[in-house]
Amino acid sequence: MPDIIILAGNPNVGKSTIFNSLTGLRQHTGNWTGKTVGSTCGFMALHDNNIMIIDTPGTYSLIANSPDELAAAETICNEECNHIVYVCDASCLEKSLYLLLQIMEKRGGITVCLNLMDEAERKGISIDAQALSRELSLPVIPMSASSGKGLNELIAAISNEGFSEIKDPSSTPDIISIKKKASEIAEKVIIASKNNSIINLLDKLICSKIFGVPIMLLMLFALLWISISAANVPSQLLSRLFSLAGTLLRNCAFTLGVPETLTGIIIDGIYGTTAWVVSVMLPPMAIFFPLFTLLEDFGLLPRIAFNLDPIFKYCGSCGKQSLTMCMGLGCNAVGVTSCAIISSPGQKLISILTNSFMPCNGRFPTIILLAAILYPDGGDTLAPAAVMTVILLGALITLISTKLLSIIYCRNEKLSFTLELPPYRKPKIWDTLVRSFYDRTAKVLFRAIKASAPAGLIIWFLANLKFNDTNLISYICLFLDKPASIFGLNGTILFAFILGLPANEIVMPIILMCYTSGSSLMLLPAAEEVGRMLRNAGWNECTIICVIIFTLFHWPCSTTLMTIKKEYGKMRYVFLSALIPCLWGFLLCYIVNLIL
Amino acid sequence: MSPAYKLSELSPGHSAYIYAVDEINHGARLAELGFYPGASVKALFSGVFGEPKAYMVQNTVIALRRTESEKILVNELL
Repeated sequence: MPDIIILAGNPNVGKSTIFNSLTGLRQHTGNWTGKTVGSTCGFMALHDNNIMIIDTPGTYSLIANSPDELAAAETICNEECNHIVYVCDASCLEKSLYLLLQIMEKRGGITVCLNLMDEAERKGISIDAQALSRELSLPVIPMSASSGKGLNELIAAISNEGFSEIKDPSSTPDIISIKKKASEIAEKVIIASKNNSIINLLDKLICSKIFGVPIMLLMLFALLWISISAANVPSQLLSRLFSLAGTLLRNCAFTLGVPETLTGIIIDGIYGTTAWVVSVMLPPMAIFFPLFTLLEDFGLLPRIAFNLDPIFKYCGSCGKQSLTMCMGLGCNAVGVTSCAIISSPGQKLISILTNSFMPCNGRFPTIILLAAILYPDGGDTLAPAAVMTVILLGALITLISTKLLSIIYCRNEKLSFTLELPPYRKPKIWDTLVRSFYDRTAKVLFRAIKASAPAGLIIWFLANLKFNDTNLISYICLFLDKPASIFGLNGTILFAFILGLPANEIVMPIILMCYTSGSSLMLLPAAEEVGRMLRNAGWNECTIICVIIFTLFHWPCSTTLMTIKKEYGKMRYVFLSALIPCLWGFLLCYIVNLIL
Repeated sequence: MSPAYKLSELSPGHSAYIYAVDEINHGARLAELGFYPGASVKALFSGVFGEPKAYMVQNTVIALRRTESEKILVNELL
């Protein structure tokens, strides 16, 4: 039986940093409350012992306000363990003491980590750790977990024999007296203290009445612009590389006498589609995700929720929904998971159902390509402007849908909303880049490859299997043509979207492959070439606009659907999450088709 | 002792002591965040439509909607 250690503490105090340091795992630690969702387990080898470490979600009190806080409280109060490691934020001691004192009424065997000492020092706060230890009658270890200080002392403390007994399980805490006691202790042990009247100047700007929202819009545009522009050169390079490799493979296959069919399947079908996805998707994603994560770590997201709360309140939801929408920009499955920060069940459901209205990174290339065809003289700013317009359209429809859905799902829900604005933190740039690459970019890319390879295979077969001189694709697309044309689309487009269920990134490649009859997919064709090809196939401006709209409003990708299924367990909400965007998509496309 | 008034009426830049919190139906959420009788609170800034308002309480910045801040009664710090 391994020793068990439970990590407890307020949100944002560094529990996950300590957890990562002890276990060597890599949990993402973002600078907003609600980041760690659900308890996580890890193992640490110490001497000959395997120690299990449980990282609980941050909570402010054992009185729970959300499923996560409830889970944390249950684990802390009832889970058998050898030590409880309580992590305090040295610059917010009073708040940390409040939870600690509650826990002390329920459990024994607590070791206190006074973390973020470096930040406290920077703010001019000094704490007498020994005095604190005396007041609490508990061991107190000063730490700066992010730079490793104090970790050895902590490891020494938890490697001792210990048992955390469970005291009085039925007692309910007397909140005000515990608050007062926390205040008293804090006053005794804090030697110097920061000047309370300093408001962060940055907040004056970002949350300002006049400049707040424009600054946010500007930042979004800048984020898009940097991701897209900086990705151009790497995309071209990758494309050329893959193209060369493809020709090489083809020549090898020819020399080796591999039958043309097999060459076609592997190189044109599987390799071609996958190469497209990687060269078009990877560079912008590899820039967008790290930049976004840096902003997250910096502490920007709660300010966004603060600024946008009034709009969401009007629609029956709260500002935190805007955060889930931001996460959805990266990947909708991640966006759905992030909805856990919304405590009200009705608002949470609505956030999940509408998350796919935010175009994920995988849809960016489609939008950019189509916009370039629509406005060939757009120049450098066209692509980010196009994506930004689509995002704003998605946001508008999200708000309308939220308002409508809240009538059904938020009937009796309280309008209460509280949000903590944690201090800005200097992000650790290199760490973030590396971590973000592994966590997000690599994972999403891998999934795209897993989806594009089989899709390429299927297309190749459908394109090359012929009945009566026409290939299967033509049959399918002809069949879908009639219904699709009502909405300004055509059979090929609909077919591509259906086949693109596993990953949105492959929709455009599928369309192009259909038009080139599955033969060698040109890698990264220029917008003019694609434009010519599409026009020859019967596309016009209306078609392009409808495709952009449908890209935004169609069923979520399979990963997102599975995430929703996992969240609720019932298929009902999965169907809804597919139905609602489709309704909007068909409605808007129908209207555009009528007008243009 | 000056008369108690609602936290929502506290102008930015001013501090006050909390006199009472009306939380009969909502658990102790506000108290736990730091809004309890005897604690000091300072109004910082407010959002675009006057909502939400950011307050400094227990060395933390917490944003509240008017529905919440109206439940908290304060006396001015003299």
